[in-house]
Amino acid sequence: MAGPKYPGFDTLALHAGQSPDPATGARAVPVYQTTSYVFRDTEHAASLFNMERAGHVYSRISNPTVAVLEERIAALEGGVGAIATASGQAALHLAVSTLMGAGAHIVASGALYGGSHNLLGYTLKRFGIETTFVNGRNPGDWKKAIRENTRLLFGETLGNPGIDVLDIPAISEIAHASKVPLLVDATFTTPFLMKPFELGADLLYHSATKFLGGHGVAIGGVLVDSGRFDWEASGKFDTLTAPYAGFHNMDFEEESGTRAFLLRARREGLRDFGACMAPMTAFQILQGIETLHLRMPRHVENTRKVVAYLSSHSSVEKVLYPELKDHPDHDLCRKLLPNGAGAVFSFDIKGGRKAGKAFIEALRVFSHLANVGDAKSLVIHPATTTHYRMSDADLKKAGIGPGTVRLSIGLEDAQDLIEDLDRALKAAARA
Amino acid sequence: MDLVVDKKRAFAYTAAHDFDAGKPSMVFLHGAGLDHSLFGLQSRYFGYHGWNVLALDLPGHGRSAGPPVASVAAMADWVSSALESLHIEKASLVGHSMGALISLECASRFRWVDRIALLGVGYPMKVSEPFLDAARRNDPAAYDMETIWGHAAPVPLGGNPNPGMWMYGDMLARLRRLAPGVLYNDLKACNDYQFAGQVKCPALFILGKRDVMTPAKTAAELQKRIPDAKTVLVPLSGHSMMAEAPDETLDALIAFFA
Repeated sequence: MAGPKYPGFDTLALHAGQSPDPATGARAVPVYQTTSYVFRDTEHAASLFNMERAGHVYSRISNPTVAVLEERIAALEGGVGAIATASGQAALHLAVSTLMGAGAHIVASGALYGGSHNLLGYTLKRFGIETTFVNGRNPGDWKKAIRENTRLLFGETLGNPGIDVLDIPAISEIAHASKVPLLVDATFTTPFLMKPFELGADLLYHSATKFLGGHGVAIGGVLVDSGRFDWEASGKFDTLTAPYAGFHNMDFEEESGTRAFLLRARREGLRDFGACMAPMTAFQILQGIETLHLRMPRHVENTRKVVAYLSSHSSVEKVLYPELKDHPDHDLCRKLLPNGAGAVFSFDIKGGRKAGKAFIEALRVFSHLANVGDAKSLVIHPATTTHYRMSDADLKKAGIGPGTVRLSIGLEDAQDLIEDLDRALKAAARA
Repeated sequence: MDLVVDKKRAFAYTAAHDFDAGKPSMVFLHGAGLDHSLFGLQSRYFGYHGWNVLALDLPGHGRSAGPPVASVAAMADWVSSALESLHIEKASLVGHSMGALISLECASRFRWVDRIALLGVGYPMKVSEPFLDAARRNDPAAYDMETIWGHAAPVPLGGNPNPGMWMYGDMLARLRRLAPGVLYNDLKACNDYQFAGQVKCPALFILGKRDVMTPAKTAAELQKRIPDAKTVLVPLSGHSMMAEAPDETLDALIAFFA
């Protein structure tokens, strides 16, 4: 007798979290553009507020359209549930603020998106949460940085700017030995290229603005819990295992077990910090997710063609893409990312800042902007944009050369992309 | 609330209320491999509406120390000991699946049982050999079987009434926390259970119309043997009605225990 079978990824991407609207039969996910929901009577209202009944009260806490997105991502990632947020940064903040307060400590890979580095290195420090940044490639550094008050290990599945592959099995083992969870930013990989929970991560989030949406029309984030970390056994997370005066002395772990983290995040984090997702945003990101399984293979296929072209070009010093044999994480990439290392990478042009600037200005198909993960190909030259105030020496410390260019490869005809790059590289060589 | 039952640590969720001898008591009993939090919404409701609530973690489940208890009759003895340790003289039982069999056994043997609500129950509760075998080998496929057969077929493609939660993922996460052998212990206990007694107290069946684990029709034998029992058939639910149809399940319990 064959065992029962879960729906496949492609089916979940199209359906998970939604059944045809019971009121109208609408097949597409309706946009419930409402702030609030009429109670049946006063008893029903009281029960909803006290978590005795399931349902929606106010769209900052939950909304039916947003709930479809949350459940769909949870299904694709294999989590217990998810919370959609106003942005990826809001998702990171929600994760941290749910787990800890002043006096706590985080160990994070140094290979992070600049916004996350700012939040951890500067802003949270002001609120009493300190972060030690480590060389993400060195498990020994992670181990050494852990203190008695460490409450979280954090890294990106593919880090900035060198596309470092996070060794999730090794780093999660270190985290669990210290009874703390591992949170990963899975934006660059999406659940199509990697399932971080299956590798040992406990929590993850996405900037849904990027590949999940894919269209570049909506800003959003999604925080997902695997439900595998035992908060009670750890004994380090009072926010989840001690009575909370802010919600009828609820002990979230006692109340809900595997759902404790998300329960507190929703009932406190969304309630008090309020960085929720708008229903129209959820709808737009859902439209993107419906084709994630079709888009990601094409992103990877185009990226491989572009990487191959750049790797053999005489004006290019170096290409940093984990599928290349000379990338420091090549072996790890083969192990953890068999379906591809994503569609974001960087390369160095010979000729420094001047060449980089000329290259950017000569491009016609690539769009020069500060984003990644769009269906359209994107480019940015850090030395003249995001990091323009830095000297060449400081850029080097950050792993960025004066001629470093970051590309996000889209879904256009790969030959058109290569021809665009070819023209721009010629312009750079003349600069 | 932490208890000591048979000299071992045990846990009962009380909806953050202290025991009040002036209130009636309601005991929630979970199914195979699960824990008290499956009754989260329902137990919380009664805890805030005039009842002492004790949602127990059976030995080896949730926060209660193991090992698990080997038979439904022994589980009923354990529940009786738990109530005795708290000096509770009268209680109603709400049991789901294996917990429903324990409730049935308690009702047929113990005078302290006031009323029983049996959710997702069938009799005999035979477990398929592949499921039992996978559980015996601690094969994760057993968790998949419990998860998939434990919900109505449309669940993975439908919305969870609890916003943002993924029912399959939640059940799998719970099952993955079990010690080896616990699920097999529970399934075998269900499979082997023989109901020989009589139930004289008021009884309620809450059955899922889409239940594939214990299809509604498999409750017929029990319904025949408890002729005065009431039955509520929940149209859109499978075996996990507390999660799949939380409001309908709660409304049926409220109507019965009013």
